[in-house]
Amino acid sequence: MPRITVTVDGVTYEEEVEPRLLLVHLLRDRLGKTGTPVGCDTSNCGACTVMLDGRSAKSCSVLAVQADGSDVVTIEGLARGDEWHPMQKAFHTEHALQCGYCTPGMIMAAIDLLRDDPDPSEEAVREGLEGNLCRCTGYCNIVRAVRLAAQEMAQAGERREVRTP
Amino acid sequence: MIPAAFDYIRPASLEEACRVLAEADAAGDDVKVLAGGQSLLPLLRLRLAYPAALVDLGRLPEPRGVEDRGDHVFVGALTTHDEVLRSGVVREQVPLLALATATVADPAVRHRGTFGGSMVHADPAGDLPAVALALDCVFVVRSSEGEREIPASEFFVDYLESALGPGEVLLGVRVPKLGPGWGFHYEKFHRTAQAWAIVGVAAAVRRDGGTIGEARIALTNMGPTPVRARATEAALRGLSPAPVGGAGDGARDQVRDACGQADSGTSPPADLHAKPDYRRHLARVLTYRAVRAATG
Repeated sequence: MPRITVTVDGVTYEEEVEPRLLLVHLLRDRLGKTGTPVGCDTSNCGACTVMLDGRSAKSCSVLAVQADGSDVVTIEGLARGDEWHPMQKAFHTEHALQCGYCTPGMIMAAIDLLRDDPDPSEEAVREGLEGNLCRCTGYCNIVRAVRLAAQEMAQAGERREVRTP
Repeated sequence: MIPAAFDYIRPASLEEACRVLAEADAAGDDVKVLAGGQSLLPLLRLRLAYPAALVDLGRLPEPRGVEDRGDHVFVGALTTHDEVLRSGVVREQVPLLALATATVADPAVRHRGTFGGSMVHADPAGDLPAVALALDCVFVVRSSEGEREIPASEFFVDYLESALGPGEVLLGVRVPKLGPGWGFHYEKFHRTAQAWAIVGVAAAVRRDGGTIGEARIALTNMGPTPVRARATEAALRGLSPAPVGGAGDGARDQVRDACGQADSGTSPPADLHAKPDYRRHLARVLTYRAVRAATG
């Protein structure tokens, strides 16, 4: 079996994996990173979105062997100690979730969006999150949360890197 | 679902990849090339494909990137959709490619999915094959025997089948610059934001003074391969883009009439989303919108 090295939320792991093992199953079943859920299983819903070498990727559509040598950040790697990432705080403040299943993916995709567009319009947020589905129809509050996080991050002069050191 | 088991081979170079593919073909092994995996992995997970092995080219340093080569732009097969969209050369020199790529899936998929992978996958519902067909792109492929070129009109052979032979990989695609006077549009009809096209239309139209000098129109998902709307292309030539007889009820929109032939010669599929006659209707309406936008 191939042996891979992958850094997840700042910790480097060496794993022997079957080639068919998906990244999301590596994260959840091997490494216990259950903060990243499996949603649709067919790369439509975006619930399993993580950062892979600094850009958003749907971890149900990446093989673990493809992530060999890569840096992965999941929803569990965003907080600094007890302090949430500004995007997490904004989702809380704006009540940008109901059941919460899409939330980890929404937050990762939203952080990715702000890297390219630090002050997105409502339309830009909707476009940027087109790969993430919320079945509780909570999009209005999600859009508000992303724009709030953008403001807060700009005011704090914060271009917070999600890549782990 | 979890894919069926397969072997995994990660060649260190394109030469090695060609050799591995040729050897697998000689041995009768069913191998698939993996690039970004954004089309292939869902197929494996739905168990619609059972390759014995995947040959992963995703980490190779080349062929990758966009290059301005004078009369055309060369797009390396491993260039991601995201990289295509970030390319100023693409936006300025071959804008139809940028317009269509922006409609491919969603940002996370575009980070990993590759330009070449989308072409070789040859899904008739994919957006980029129609662009290649409309612009008469040239596909450059390599095998252990050397390189050869395949025109877009011969590259898409059948449903999910390209003209790549055993042991061949796509190096990249020459996208011709069409020069001044051309307008472009990609019109896509789909149910949800990141979904496949139910029907799509890639249009390039050259205005010659007050009339349409030349139109190139290719349709997405109107048959097992992308297809040119030749009858509409011919009917548009020489027409004035403006309605004849001015505005109002008496005006005859010749462009609309010409676009009414857009589905001629197509064999659209029936599926969950649309029956063939509805797709024919869409092709006519969307072609009109695309031509209007390209001449606007």
